[in-house]
Amino acid sequence: MRAYIVESRRESSIMLEIRNLHATVDGREILNGIDLIVRPGEVHAIMGPNGSGKSTLANVIAGREGYLVTEGAIHFDGKNLLDMAPETRACEGLFLAFQYPVEIPGVANLYFLKAAVNAVRKYRGEPPVDAMDFWDLVHERMELVKMDESMLKRSVNEGFSGGEKKRNEVFQMAVLQPRFAVLDETDSGLDIDALKVVADGVNALRSPERGFLVITHYQRLLDYIVPDHVHVLFNGRIVRSGGKELALELEEQGYALYNEEPGRARRAAA
Amino acid sequence: MTDSTQTLERLATSDYKYGFVTDIEQDTVPPGLDEAVIRLISAKKQEPDWLLEWRLVAFRHWLTQQEPQWAHVHYPKIDYQALSYYSAPKKKTDGPKSLDEIDPELRRTYEKLGIPLAEQAILAGVAVDAVFDSVSVATSYKGKLAELGIVFCSFSEAVREHPELVRQYLGSVVPYRDNYFATLNSAVFSDGSFVYIPPGVRCPMGLSTYFRINASNTGQFERTLIIAAEGASVSYLEGCTAPQRDENQLHAAVVELIALDNATIKYSTVQNWYPGDAEGKGGIYNFVTKRGLCKGRDSKISWTQVETGSAITWKYPSCILRGENSVGEFYSVALTRDYQQADTGTKMIHIGKNTRSTIVSKGISAGHGQNAYRGLVKILPTAENARNHSQCDSLLMGDQCGAHTFPYIDVQNPSAQVEHEASTSKISEDQLFYCQQRGISMEDAVSLIVNGFCKEVFKELPMEFAVEAQKLIELKLEGSVG
Repeated sequence: MRAYIVESRRESSIMLEIRNLHATVDGREILNGIDLIVRPGEVHAIMGPNGSGKSTLANVIAGREGYLVTEGAIHFDGKNLLDMAPETRACEGLFLAFQYPVEIPGVANLYFLKAAVNAVRKYRGEPPVDAMDFWDLVHERMELVKMDESMLKRSVNEGFSGGEKKRNEVFQMAVLQPRFAVLDETDSGLDIDALKVVADGVNALRSPERGFLVITHYQRLLDYIVPDHVHVLFNGRIVRSGGKELALELEEQGYALYNEEPGRARRAAA
Repeated sequence: MTDSTQTLERLATSDYKYGFVTDIEQDTVPPGLDEAVIRLISAKKQEPDWLLEWRLVAFRHWLTQQEPQWAHVHYPKIDYQALSYYSAPKKKTDGPKSLDEIDPELRRTYEKLGIPLAEQAILAGVAVDAVFDSVSVATSYKGKLAELGIVFCSFSEAVREHPELVRQYLGSVVPYRDNYFATLNSAVFSDGSFVYIPPGVRCPMGLSTYFRINASNTGQFERTLIIAAEGASVSYLEGCTAPQRDENQLHAAVVELIALDNATIKYSTVQNWYPGDAEGKGGIYNFVTKRGLCKGRDSKISWTQVETGSAITWKYPSCILRGENSVGEFYSVALTRDYQQADTGTKMIHIGKNTRSTIVSKGISAGHGQNAYRGLVKILPTAENARNHSQCDSLLMGDQCGAHTFPYIDVQNPSAQVEHEASTSKISEDQLFYCQQRGISMEDAVSLIVNGFCKEVFKELPMEFAVEAQKLIELKLEGSVG
């Protein structure tokens, strides 16, 4: 009886629930039955070699066109995520930090962010954000990722360096304050200083109410964003799950255990 | 076809919101064009002999001309004998003395357009010379402008009140023999606007004319003449909408600008004429000749246009940079969707020393829209140290539309510097998804991206016009309503 109660309370606190997820891209099956549960406050890391389906998983969760779910389900706070348009998912509190953030010429970063904030507020039935409140929030969050004020006036990601783009993603996340964030290889292309800044930003946003899914090829990022759970994705399936020590084990052994070509695994470990 | 392509197409095929016909008695000349018709037009307007003679000379020249074929547009042959060349709203004996006296039906037309005349003038501080078909029916703020010596009136009135100015400058920038449509206009022009800013006067408000084409089968042949004397400056706003029609309506306007020493003329247009239905039926043919002469040293003429309407747009607002250190600018957004065709651009003719010109052209094509930029930069041997920078960007929405760029560069002085940049891009699914992932709906994302694309041009518009232009573009790309 007691065990049942505990179990039911745990069920009710599930934030993201992925069941037997299969997905295809251009008719090719990329995800082969993924099961994953994330609870509020948890940071899950998804690791895996290139082509294992990491980014596909991120895109399916966010609802990108061209990623077709053929089987299985994703629930977010008990709601069927797959029924929702991408913008509805965002308004429900889902955020994706893009691996390759796109440029939008002529649209100032600050203007874009305000449009996003107000879209979410409208969805919630709230009035548009007060200009002064927004300005204060933006400035507070800028410090979090050590972003220069000039980047607010520049067009979204236009002419940004790789590091600036990733920093901008984390900055947007900090302003939008989603309840669940997927970071798709946010560490790729970053030098160690930029990596630390990005990781500090993410860590500052960690809270008991917020969940994270951190997707990465390398263990390095996980030195700074320490996960609660690590999953190894291989051929579209989670082949192993464990605690943060699993990341270190992968660091030593590479993905060679999972049949990746040896050369790439060695580079990964280097 | 992908979902987002479909959405783009749906967004690009929304209904024209300003299609309605005002029921006012028209005083119309029967269709057809010969010298008798021209004499009739001139007589109805009680014009002096020299103007009638000018019209007749133009008409005789027009008979020897061929309709130009070089533009990247296609349309059935126009039967010029089937058009009616004069139409004026019938007026009370004396004509309106204030806005209150204007035909209520006419007022409602403007109100439907969201331009309540009186309010517009008061709230925006804009003096409105409203052109309803061919005769100007309302002129406001005249007194205030008159105190400064500014003349802002209908063309017919200018012929009566300021014949010396009209005679001096009419045809001085666009001669009657300039091109087929300009020549036709010279022969049959009905009315238009006249502006004269005296030396040293900065016009304290934007001057604005709202054009409407209303009478069925009536070609509109507006004639605008703006003169800024030494040290004067003026900002002129032209905005257009037209009621929905089945027949194609020909519009061949001529606009001439003259800037003397140290004078500045800023001419802004937002054009939203009926573009035809989703199959391309109906819509306005807009064959316009607009040209400015920087006659004096340190003078400046700046054209800004937002072209969203018409079935066919054939339009090249140009600058002749004769005065030393004079500056010409052309900022343009042209949007074509459904079966609209636009062939637009500019000519910058550098004659004086140290003359500079800037061209920024943004073309947006959606549906089956065809959008061409055609521009000429000509540096004559006398133009020492001339500079030009041209930038032509095209944005494609969907996979049935087209963008074309025809830059002509003719440099005859080795000290010139001419730069040309061009780009073509699509609204990418990546951009749309990025916006959507931040909570922004597809339609809002399209508006956001398109407005970003047009920003360099919008910022050149006067504030109230910039807001209107942005709304207009959003409206044009909005699909779900109606």
